[in-house]
Amino acid sequence: MDRPVSRHAQSYDQIRNNPKFRQLVQSRSRLAWSLSALVFGTYSLFMLTVAFAPQLLHRPLGETSLLTIGIPVGAAVIVFSWLLTGWYVRSANTRFDALSAQIIEESQQ
Amino acid sequence: MNPLRILGLAALCMLSAGVLAAPVIVAEKQPLNLHAIGMFFVFVLGTLAITWWAARQTRSTADFYTAGGGISGFQNGLAIAGDYMSAATLLGLSSLVFAKGYDGFIYTVAFFVGWPLITFLMAERLRNLGKFTFADIVSYRLDQTRIRTFAAFGSLTVVCCYLVVQMVGAGQLIKLLFGLDYPIAVMVVGALMLVYVIFGGMIATTWVQIIKAVLLLAGGTVLALLAMAEFGFSYETLAARAVDTHAIGKAIMGPGSMLADPLNAASMSLGLAFGIAGLPHILMRFFTVPNAKEARKSVFYATGFIGFFFLVVVTLGFAAIVIVGTDPQYFVGGDLKGALIGGGNMVAMHLAKAVGGNLFLGFLSATAFATILAVVAGLALAGASAISHDLYATVLKKGTASERDEMRVTRIATIGLGVVAIGLGILFEKQNVAFLVGLTFGVAASTNFPVLIMAMYWKDLTTRGALWGGCAGLVSALLLVILSPAVWVTVLGNAKAIFPYDHPALFSMPLAFLVIVVVSRLDRSARAERERAAFDDQFVRAQTGLGAAAASAH
Repeated sequence: MDRPVSRHAQSYDQIRNNPKFRQLVQSRSRLAWSLSALVFGTYSLFMLTVAFAPQLLHRPLGETSLLTIGIPVGAAVIVFSWLLTGWYVRSANTRFDALSAQIIEESQQ
Repeated sequence: MNPLRILGLAALCMLSAGVLAAPVIVAEKQPLNLHAIGMFFVFVLGTLAITWWAARQTRSTADFYTAGGGISGFQNGLAIAGDYMSAATLLGLSSLVFAKGYDGFIYTVAFFVGWPLITFLMAERLRNLGKFTFADIVSYRLDQTRIRTFAAFGSLTVVCCYLVVQMVGAGQLIKLLFGLDYPIAVMVVGALMLVYVIFGGMIATTWVQIIKAVLLLAGGTVLALLAMAEFGFSYETLAARAVDTHAIGKAIMGPGSMLADPLNAASMSLGLAFGIAGLPHILMRFFTVPNAKEARKSVFYATGFIGFFFLVVVTLGFAAIVIVGTDPQYFVGGDLKGALIGGGNMVAMHLAKAVGGNLFLGFLSATAFATILAVVAGLALAGASAISHDLYATVLKKGTASERDEMRVTRIATIGLGVVAIGLGILFEKQNVAFLVGLTFGVAASTNFPVLIMAMYWKDLTTRGALWGGCAGLVSALLLVILSPAVWVTVLGNAKAIFPYDHPALFSMPLAFLVIVVVSRLDRSARAERERAAFDDQFVRAQTGLGAAAASAH
């Protein structure tokens, strides 16, 4: 079978030795893992509150209000993690892709 | 109801139509619903036209499996959202909020949170490394024959279990909404699925999924707007009246009793969140876009649609507490404390009738039917590609099969899966299929997901490690599901379950990872050395996309 690995082996080698590649990998994984930790942390915090301090989420939003803090907090977890998704996609599709295109071009000269 | 039962019910509600098959709620046949049938016919005609068009576009295996990589990020985002938002998301989740208030909302959050993680850690690598199936990625530098066979087996297990769940749910739902007989409903779903997949391949399947996602999003939103109009579009008024109406009063506005057992909740959310990342029909979606950029965009859009839809559905649940919960015509015998007509899952449907009349109810019913069809088609395509691309073309023919032969095998495999799905769907009519949901997500999270993520991220992974770890995950997930309440008590009739949780992931997933790591580390074979050395090239391709499967020209 034609393994793509061999077809591009030389370019792969060149790319690996390109300092820009190291920079790409580092900055992308730093962003990806930090955002993952942030989403997972937010979610865990929410679930821990639900399990161990549910009364916090039962507090009313205003003096006469029957809406509780829990409602906007739950919605915020969803919206916040979606916005982080947007942040990652934006960075990856502009900054990282530009760098990546540069690296590929340099490997094929 | 005890908390375990509620948790199981919740799990079902969220991710499958399976809850409709629980014996407590075996659906009663309703009179023929002409609005619903009429609108469903329009949908079927439209999608058949698309299938006809797609069939003319489908020339190569790439067209068939992945629409030639020609789906845009936005379109694919809708299709992914469609794959994830089943009929039961609308019906089950709104019913959960209707019954339990805020606890239903907590589940929504739990089921959402896997998506951002997929975006950050998986989307681009999936696209850059894969071609047709997720086995392409797993076997990229590992043993083609053994690993592919194993991955295909993992895919097929998940696909078959989930197909049965969907078929049983479809039969019950259609019987209820359309007034058709159960076996006829199952056969209609099976036959339409076969037509979409066999003739239209991924192009037709994707468009069916997109149309259904738009219908579902639009239907849900209109329903929420109509319902909120009754409260002057004020959540404050809605909350006040819901608290006033609901039996447990103010307690519905915050966390309640449903999460009494944190371990069960943790095991379930783990299984569901990481299970998504091991479902073959979801993973396949990442290969239908031209490049990693579009793959990332598609998860961003999908996550947005799913998040939005979940918030809409929670609103529906709260609104229904007031609108449906106070209207005797929706209760058996007009008893507000009794059961809902048609079973506990009909909350959204009753709400549709209450605020939009029979026509809107018909529209929503047709949308629910369309939803099941689309999910079933995606599953069948994923299963067929595991058989034809992985087992036939790569393992059996070692890559020498012609495209024509491969396509022929795919179509035969699809027919086979369709027959199995219809047969098991009819066989399981009166069964509680809860355990199949546990099994689907248990296997996906403990077999497919660990092997896949390690193949993408961990240099030291070897064939031996992946096989042993994957098997450990598979066997432990299977055993724990058998010992769980859903099988041990409900199916086998024992008094007390040996394994107290419905989802095995909290235990079987870490076990799979552990075995993968230990066995790979101990693997000193020459093959293992080669596999580790090959990671560097794979890593460059994963990062830059150089050498990734290109989109075919249309």
